[in-house]
Amino acid sequence: MSTQVSEASDAVVGTERRLNMIEAINEALDVMLERDPDVIVMGEDVGYFGGVFRCTAGLQEKHGKTRVFDTPISECGIIGVAVGMGAYGLRPVPEIQFADYIYPGLDQLISEAARLRYRSACEYIAPMTVRSPFGGGIFGGQTHSQSPEAIFTHVAGLKTVIPSTPYDAKGLLISCIEDNDPVIFFEPKRIYNGPFSGFYDKPAEPWKRFDASVVPEGHYKIPLGKARTVTEGEQLTILAYGTMVHVTEAVCKAKGVEAHILDLRTLMPLDIEAIEASVEKTGRCLIVHEATRTSGFGAELSALVTERCFYHLEAPVERVTGFDTPYPHSLEWAYFPGPVRIGEAIDKILKD
Amino acid sequence: MAKEPRTRKAPAKAKASVTAKPTAAPDDFILHSLQETHEKSRKYDASTEEMLHFYEQMLLIRRFEEKAGQLYGLGLIGGFCHLYIGQEAVAVGLQSALTEKLDSVITGYRDHGHMLAYGIDPKVIMAELTGRQAGISKGKGGSMHMFSTEHKFYGGHGIVGAQVALGGGLALAHQYNEDGGICLAYFGDGASNQGQVYETFNMAALWKLPIVFVIENNGYAMGTAVKRGSAETEFHRRGTAFRIPGMDVNGMDVLEVRNAAEIAFKHVREGNGPVLMELNTYRYRGHSMSDPAKYRTREEVQEQRDQHDPIDGLKKVLLEHGKTEEDIKAIDKDIRKIVAEAADFSESSPEPDPAELYTDVLVEEY
Repeated sequence: MSTQVSEASDAVVGTERRLNMIEAINEALDVMLERDPDVIVMGEDVGYFGGVFRCTAGLQEKHGKTRVFDTPISECGIIGVAVGMGAYGLRPVPEIQFADYIYPGLDQLISEAARLRYRSACEYIAPMTVRSPFGGGIFGGQTHSQSPEAIFTHVAGLKTVIPSTPYDAKGLLISCIEDNDPVIFFEPKRIYNGPFSGFYDKPAEPWKRFDASVVPEGHYKIPLGKARTVTEGEQLTILAYGTMVHVTEAVCKAKGVEAHILDLRTLMPLDIEAIEASVEKTGRCLIVHEATRTSGFGAELSALVTERCFYHLEAPVERVTGFDTPYPHSLEWAYFPGPVRIGEAIDKILKD
Repeated sequence: MAKEPRTRKAPAKAKASVTAKPTAAPDDFILHSLQETHEKSRKYDASTEEMLHFYEQMLLIRRFEEKAGQLYGLGLIGGFCHLYIGQEAVAVGLQSALTEKLDSVITGYRDHGHMLAYGIDPKVIMAELTGRQAGISKGKGGSMHMFSTEHKFYGGHGIVGAQVALGGGLALAHQYNEDGGICLAYFGDGASNQGQVYETFNMAALWKLPIVFVIENNGYAMGTAVKRGSAETEFHRRGTAFRIPGMDVNGMDVLEVRNAAEIAFKHVREGNGPVLMELNTYRYRGHSMSDPAKYRTREEVQEQRDQHDPIDGLKKVLLEHGKTEEDIKAIDKDIRKIVAEAADFSESSPEPDPAELYTDVLVEEY
């Protein structure tokens, strides 16, 4: 990793530059705006205000109003316009302020963005990266907490990417922007400022205390479709992404379980080889996500593991997910698939 | 910036002005007649008693919201909390003109004021904000998602603009049931740029639905000033393409709001189809509790507070009508007591039972 020191940053520890996920995303956008005049950042409050989570802070000042601009509150229009821009050769990076607001844009995402390449036999493509904060853990209630990733993995023609660290966020976002397909880039908002252990009554820790916050300057890429090994272990495989990577890691640490935790990073394309290799080694597989259970991405993972690794499995595949309810306001921690449920699932899978 | 084409190259010189379009004949349609009626006598002729009631309601909203802000700061309210401070005259002026138990109301996420203006118990509203079992929606909705069937209050919606189409449906149901009711559908200047708002405008005008669209123009869509996010900032004109008459109303004066409401509601109740009201107002606080509001100056907010405050404005009128400072102070004391009780209630009621997580997902047992 880079040891270059940015003098402007006050988050420098030793010789390494440490960023939180917001700063890493901001830097990825900055780098791409600088490198490629076709890249355009647009969305509600992304320009003058710098984004409600500050991911686009300073970008309009630096790159001007034609490259980084505010849109009206019109999600369907934002995505639709981005499809046209992409088809005409630009690389729009629209922000949807919360993943919960993406639904008015579904028609454009599913029927236009995802399908343009296929129905024009590659005459036209619609490269774009839709960035959107997702997931719960901030008391957002049902319209500011959802994890709708499985809606998009179900659509042929879309890629779905979810980072879990500042280092990954920057490298993955750059890959997405340079990718020629439309990508949904979901940013787990609970871990923008620091990883979340799932023990919600403990004080939050900032990213700079963790090595994954060491972010090189300039351009680097993390390829789509490559999972990351979070911890090596022989007892079981845990498949997770986003916030839940950190929760599962904390639970395993607390319980003294040696799990092979895979951070999937991209759900589509999926690193099935890494999953297979791990499950063949451990013989046990736990899947953890925050989204609701039924038809969640965990169902797909469970099916894949069962199809491909059946004769290596020593216990049924387990899933720990959000419940099949709307995301609750006041019972957030009951809904959230936290340490207790994950711990119980680990016990069960190891006992079987 | 909106006026310049977005291009990498320097913008081409604007064409010489085209010949002005001929204006539509004034009798073409009645888009301005309601506004003209309103301008003839802007202020509702309220009795002192009515004015006292408006004053109490506005003050209740103000003090309630101040308390909510404090509770948020103390961590008793979590997540999102959008305060109505500054906009009190809108909800009070409009809803006081509705017919209770007949008309319906639907709004966006800044909904505390609309509920209080209905006379809904502040205790159960505050308990919803703190996410308690005793909350009006059992703590399941939170600040943005509150409902009351008793008052035909259809929420409290967290998705910007989504409630407008629902309002169209409420109005259609009023019409279908021939119950004589109208729907009051609130949304903001930001929501005015959502596509579904215009789909609803078209249907409402086409079918002459009994609906009053209310745009609470507080100047900012979150952090985006209207002029930076809207091509047409005169929102009362936004219904023109659908032949919906517009009204441009001072939302900082409860008597003007009530006057306009009388005119609009009469028009809608008589079966003439929708009306679009723009209520020009101002929110003193940030968009939500997490908004430092750096997109505007301190002076701008202070000017509104000093020159246009709806509560101070009505207080002046009340004093002119023979009420004394002591009378006003007594009201203030009562309101503070009500709000303090609501806060105590909201802090002392229990959290919802975890079993509530799985209730109300579907109507049947789940």
